[in-house]
Amino acid sequence: MNALTEFLAMGGYAFYVWASYAAAFVLIGGIVLWSRYELNAARQRIFVRARRTERSR
Amino acid sequence: MTPRRRQRLMLVSLMLLGVSAAVAFGVSAFRQNLMLFHSPSDVAAGVVEEGRAFRVGGMVVDDSVRRDGDSLAVAFDVTDHAETVTVSFEGILPDLFREGQGIVAMGALDATGTFVATEVLAKHDENYMPPEVADALEKAGRMPGTEAGFERAVQVDP
Amino acid sequence: MFTWIHRFGSAPNVYRLSGVLAPWFGVSAALCIIIGLYLGLVVAPPDYEQGESYRIIYIHVPAAWMSMFAYVVMAVSSAIFLIWRLKVADAVAAAVAPIGAAFTAVALITGSFWGKPMWGTWWVWDARLTSELLLLFLYLGYMALRGALAAPGESSAPSTTAARGAAILAVVGVINIPIIHFSVEWWNTLHQPSTITRFDKPAMHISMLRPLLLMALGAQLLFFHNLTVRLRTGLLQRESRARWVRELAIAQSNTPPGDNTPGASSTVVPEKPEPSA
Repeated sequence: MNALTEFLAMGGYAFYVWASYAAAFVLIGGIVLWSRYELNAARQRIFVRARRTERSR
Repeated sequence: MTPRRRQRLMLVSLMLLGVSAAVAFGVSAFRQNLMLFHSPSDVAAGVVEEGRAFRVGGMVVDDSVRRDGDSLAVAFDVTDHAETVTVSFEGILPDLFREGQGIVAMGALDATGTFVATEVLAKHDENYMPPEVADALEKAGRMPGTEAGFERAVQVDP
Repeated sequence: MFTWIHRFGSAPNVYRLSGVLAPWFGVSAALCIIIGLYLGLVVAPPDYEQGESYRIIYIHVPAAWMSMFAYVVMAVSSAIFLIWRLKVADAVAAAVAPIGAAFTAVALITGSFWGKPMWGTWWVWDARLTSELLLLFLYLGYMALRGALAAPGESSAPSTTAARGAAILAVVGVINIPIIHFSVEWWNTLHQPSTITRFDKPAMHISMLRPLLLMALGAQLLFFHNLTVRLRTGLLQRESRARWVRELAIAQSNTPPGDNTPGASSTVVPEKPEPSA
């Protein structure tokens, strides 16, 4: 067994260990990326509208 | 701070104090019910009547594990260093089950005072170390207590 | 006496400061987590009792700590909002709730994946697990309350009722935090007592402790990165018609896209005080 397979096997606990890391990656990574997307979208929408109202004065 | 803000500060503090007090009363009233398991001392003191399902927790006594050759049936003694309860169980034990390990078993007492378990869970302690370090500590006789919190269970009176 | 808090805590100031801090938090969080993962998964030795499965601790414990830390941040901001009516404090609390809920969910899920192989069960209703589940419900309840009582119409500013009701829930719920922390001492639980926050030295070998502390620091920095980003979104939404947003929009159209800080900071200082101040 080479070092990589041994590492991935986690001493027989591969499912539990990697499932934990995957859950954390998906949930925490997900909220971080989603929040950044939301900020960009809000900035786009609100700034464009703000400029439009400013111009129409 | 303006009088209005002081008033609101008082209000928030009072609210928190009131709820804390209510929770504290509730918690102390139901302290026993919120215990996950009873200690062997509780069992010896007769806290739980025969036949009622409950959990018992303690350390597996060294050299007390008796396995049945043909089936998954196993019997072992569980102690809190004050009293001991014999547990019988038939099924798969968790990976961490071994002599000297903390366990929590779900089941009921039979007429002979044996605890017939339907489920055995392992309770590990809060110490983490590499195997070599554990070996060295073991040799030096300085292994930290693997009590897993059971020493406290003794103090809980019925 | 508290006027400086109002001035410093004004929406445009906080928006600008968050924008400056967010990338720094993000980069340092990524560094800590990458090094922490390498040390925790590759370098750290297996545990004498639990073998390789204990490596779940590098996710589980930082997530559990952050779930409680985030709640304290939410409760303190809510109290500040209730007492001083500081709208930015309400925005902070609203921004924290989903982050805290995510960390709580991760703590519960990873705990379950750890409990199955080691304890022999996915879940047990002991005091520690139950109080942590209650924490998740507090976060979700807070978010639901805000959502249910949100002001109708296109305005994204929360209604006063929603903000105050949710803030009261957040403040009262903080009682759960000491209960979670001390649950393993007050009751018999299947969950073991604390490893790190003991009064004597931590019950963990240094080679395993180092990655844990790095991961905890990484989680903390990631929390602040996410909080600053979410806070900016929240402030923009609730003040979308404010003068400083219009000025920011104009300033932005004059600078190349991608630069999110206004060229001249003086343009974002409102000439007249915000109604919130």
